Amino acid sequence: MKRPELVAVLAAIVAAVVIQILLVTGVMNAYAELIVQYACIVTIATLGLNIIYGFNGQFSLGHIAFYGLGAYSAALVTKLWTGDNPFGFFGAIIVAAIVSGGVAFLVGLPILRLRSDYLGIATLGFTVIVKVFFDNADAWVPAMGGARGMTAIPRMTSWPWVAVATIVAVVLMRNFAYSSPGRATMSIREDEIAASAMGVNTTKYKTIAFVMGCVYAGVAGALYAHLYAFLHPSNFDFLKTFDMLLIVVLGGLGSISGTIMAALGWTFLLEGLRVVLPSEVLDLRYVIYPLMLIIVMLLRPTGLFGGMELPFLRAPRIPKLEKRPQSAAAESR
Amino acid sequence: MPLLKVDNLTKNFGGLKAVNGISFEIGEGELIGLIGPNGAGKTTVFNLITGHYEPTAGDILFDSRSIVGVPPHEVTKLGIARTFQNIRLFGSLSVLDNVRIAYNCRVKYGFMEALLRVGGFAHEEKKLTMQAQELLQLFNLADKQDEPAGSLPYGEQRRLEIARALATSPRLLLLDEPAAGMNPAEVHNLMELIQFIRKQFDLTILLIEHQMRVVMGICERVVVMDFGEILAEGTPAEIQSNPKVIEAYLGKEVA
Repeated sequence: MKRPELVAVLAAIVAAVVIQILLVTGVMNAYAELIVQYACIVTIATLGLNIIYGFNGQFSLGHIAFYGLGAYSAALVTKLWTGDNPFGFFGAIIVAAIVSGGVAFLVGLPILRLRSDYLGIATLGFTVIVKVFFDNADAWVPAMGGARGMTAIPRMTSWPWVAVATIVAVVLMRNFAYSSPGRATMSIREDEIAASAMGVNTTKYKTIAFVMGCVYAGVAGALYAHLYAFLHPSNFDFLKTFDMLLIVVLGGLGSISGTIMAALGWTFLLEGLRVVLPSEVLDLRYVIYPLMLIIVMLLRPTGLFGGMELPFLRAPRIPKLEKRPQSAAAESR
Repeated sequence: MPLLKVDNLTKNFGGLKAVNGISFEIGEGELIGLIGPNGAGKTTVFNLITGHYEPTAGDILFDSRSIVGVPPHEVTKLGIARTFQNIRLFGSLSVLDNVRIAYNCRVKYGFMEALLRVGGFAHEEKKLTMQAQELLQLFNLADKQDEPAGSLPYGEQRRLEIARALATSPRLLLLDEPAAGMNPAEVHNLMELIQFIRKQFDLTILLIEHQMRVVMGICERVVVMDFGEILAEGTPAEIQSNPKVIEAYLGKEVA
């Protein structure tokens, strides 16, 4: 890692520590703590969708399902076995990543050959199936609670966990973006036929991007499950997948900074309106925020950060070569 | 021993015989033109060779190994690169990245090393960036490395596409109408460029082209296709005076 990135990581750690101090000293109340954590969890999940849709160009409406799979599988681990042991919680997060990634791999193999809208429909179908599975899961695993919801999950998620996960997620995604596998992934979005003609194994990189994105969703789901200590199938309804899609598009497809900003902004806006608006007109939230969406998309059709990154997330600069006279095109003049 | 041997190659799209039992050979180091009227099946032949289409029948031998059924990225790895008739660059990615992507199949670090920035990552990345930059310099595109490929002027996009194809280190280069849409001065430069890269990179080249100036000027042998079949084969001079070729292009004289 080069210096500006190192500075950025250090700055992020300092910011996380400052928030932790604010929490411990009681300057930030429990409600604010919850919102900040939830905002970061949304960030991790939507970064994952940005890998799939923004980097790789695969239109997935299944992201919420992988988020749910991560949430339920991690919750099962802690509820049934490890309780409030922090190592157990770490293990549960890993299990969530493996379950989401593994299912993504198995589901991805047959459906990733589909393109755009067709892939969207197939992944939407998957989301509906997973929701039905959660609704009826108590028939096989009583601890999952089925349509009554899953209760008694240890409340393990705390700011340090969320902060570390968010920083790791951003750093890994940036490293991926500016590497050969990352470039290969993006070339598929640009032109799949040309990519394959340039030696890019398109099946392989589509699978890598899909699995990686779903692992992000799974980890975010695990943190979410242990934040609220309660899971309900309706949290993973297919409609919720559009919230994630919206954040990624709003931030700008393929922009890491954009997804981070949009995810934080979206969460804070919805919660902020809850504080600002009187309770009788609270439903106006869902008028105000779509209106803001429409305005943003009209003013910035490529999203807030379309094609842009914050300085520390930008591609490393590569100095140009010195000019040499004997180039082919020069010779032919 | 020919580098590429196409044997009785056939491709049907439903009832349409796009390519109908054609056979030809390309020797190591040759520069061959593939010409024919629109819809003759020239680009289909390219797509068959590069693995984008599966042939209905027939065989393609590259370096005496059958490459029928080999996926496109593997064909590229074996040493066949191509450009496209309607330029297919990675438009929103930088010029440099367009070329660096073509090194992907030979990169020596994996996904995990890229994520964690360990192992040979830094060294390998530096090496391939250097190679890409040198290639761009050779094509007079070094100054534009950070611009999105889609924003380049047309002629430079054509040049970049050839540079990108060469980055895969091919032995056989397939050029699909490289001179399309170029003005006479650009065509002249292109012809010299093709001859230059052929020597510089030790290439065998198969070229689809409509501009007779290019074909007759640089090709050693010409294969003429019409309605999915080979109409004639020979030196440019022979082809120019072949009555069947003239008929395919200009039509029959009214008796």
